[in-house]
Amino acid sequence: MITEDWQVVWFTLWAAALSTVAILPFGLATAWVLARHQWPGKLVVETLVTLPLVVPPVVTGLLLLRLFGRRGLIGGWLHNALGMDVVFTWRAVVLALGVMSFPLLVRSARTTFEQVNPRYEQIARTLGAGELRVFFTITLPLAARGVIAGLVLAFARALGEFGATIMVAGNIPGETATLSLSIFQSVQLGKDPDAYRLLAVSVGLAFAAVCTSEWLMRRAMRMK
Amino acid sequence: MAYETRDEDEMRLELCEILVPLAEFTLDLDLVIENHAVAIVGPSGAGKTTLLDLIAGLRQAKRGRITLDGEAFCDTGTECFLPARHRRLGYVPQELSLFPHLTVRRNLLYGGAGQHNQESVFSMEHVSKVFELDSLLDRQIAGLSGGEQQRVALARALLSRPRLLLLDEPMANLDAVLKQRILPLLRQARDEFKVPMIYVTHQPEEGVALCDEVIVLERGKVAQRGKPRDIFRIEC
Repeated sequence: MITEDWQVVWFTLWAAALSTVAILPFGLATAWVLARHQWPGKLVVETLVTLPLVVPPVVTGLLLLRLFGRRGLIGGWLHNALGMDVVFTWRAVVLALGVMSFPLLVRSARTTFEQVNPRYEQIARTLGAGELRVFFTITLPLAARGVIAGLVLAFARALGEFGATIMVAGNIPGETATLSLSIFQSVQLGKDPDAYRLLAVSVGLAFAAVCTSEWLMRRAMRMK
Repeated sequence: MAYETRDEDEMRLELCEILVPLAEFTLDLDLVIENHAVAIVGPSGAGKTTLLDLIAGLRQAKRGRITLDGEAFCDTGTECFLPARHRRLGYVPQELSLFPHLTVRRNLLYGGAGQHNQESVFSMEHVSKVFELDSLLDRQIAGLSGGEQQRVALARALLSRPRLLLLDEPMANLDAVLKQRILPLLRQARDEFKVPMIYVTHQPEEGVALCDEVIVLERGKVAQRGKPRDIFRIEC
């Protein structure tokens, strides 16, 4: 592989890892609330969380562009208050990858939280534990394998993200170009060998990530 | 070593006009429990576990008030509800609910056993000795026998220095030999640790051996209450 390829691979891995870490606290909190609480309108929240999985990624990308652009609600505030631009920077890549992979983390973590017997949490409370202690010492350790599997799946989804990323971050070589975007550009320019080289790397990474996730999920099921 | 014991051994638990709708009937209770050890008996599905869950703060009544020694645990009239973690009750559920990812030692320490000084009967050292857990402390829960798990669950509940022990059929899954081993430990918990207990059971002999009073629950209502020998003579 040539230097530019390595740069793209490393940037993609770094952005996918950062987005996965960034969504972890929000994903766990959302999954736990959905798994353990009932309230009117819960279905709306469940649907909203799942939406990025089913709407076309370019639609999500367009919404992010509107929200985080300099004239957008959040982007405008970030620009004026902190002097920070999001769209067409590496931040937009991380944002798009995080938003697109969030539902996968939530779905996986929620399933494993639901499999944790609530009686353990109740008995921990009778032993004097508060909600945070119960979560970090009982719920999360018992759901750990499923949560890790969800993280790996979210990471794999982030590695392959295309539609939302190109809308909100563009395809700037050395700045926002990820594996998927570089493959697309190589094909557009008729550089098929470059595209196939990156394709092989992309498939290899995704295969390893999904394989790890499946293995962890099976182990989690066997633990029940 | 002379251990520092618990001062109080009497309690007054009031359940006033408690109403909890269940699938097939409504739990409807109005009773005061003052004895040191009380057995709750009744057929399966009579509301016994629901009663313990209410006292422990693991579920809420639709209506009513629960107080322990004058302290309000819940009162739907004033919308007061003391969370389970502040009630200081030791609850041993039927399925034991030992934390499977923790060792025996970490299960025992979960309720804050390290806070008691070594002279207290509630010290880790003393409780481990009484329940013969010294050799099991570093073992995982999954590797323990049924009787060992039972002892760990009882010890864990006692180590949190509870004001009241709630035992939900603690010997239901044990064979006769193991029951004969656990029964003296329960008696010791009652006499030495001086923790009042509410003991849900199907077995008359357990009620007679451990409790001062028996309350018979049927379809969510108190059908009978009295001395164990009186109740079980009629029941048997």
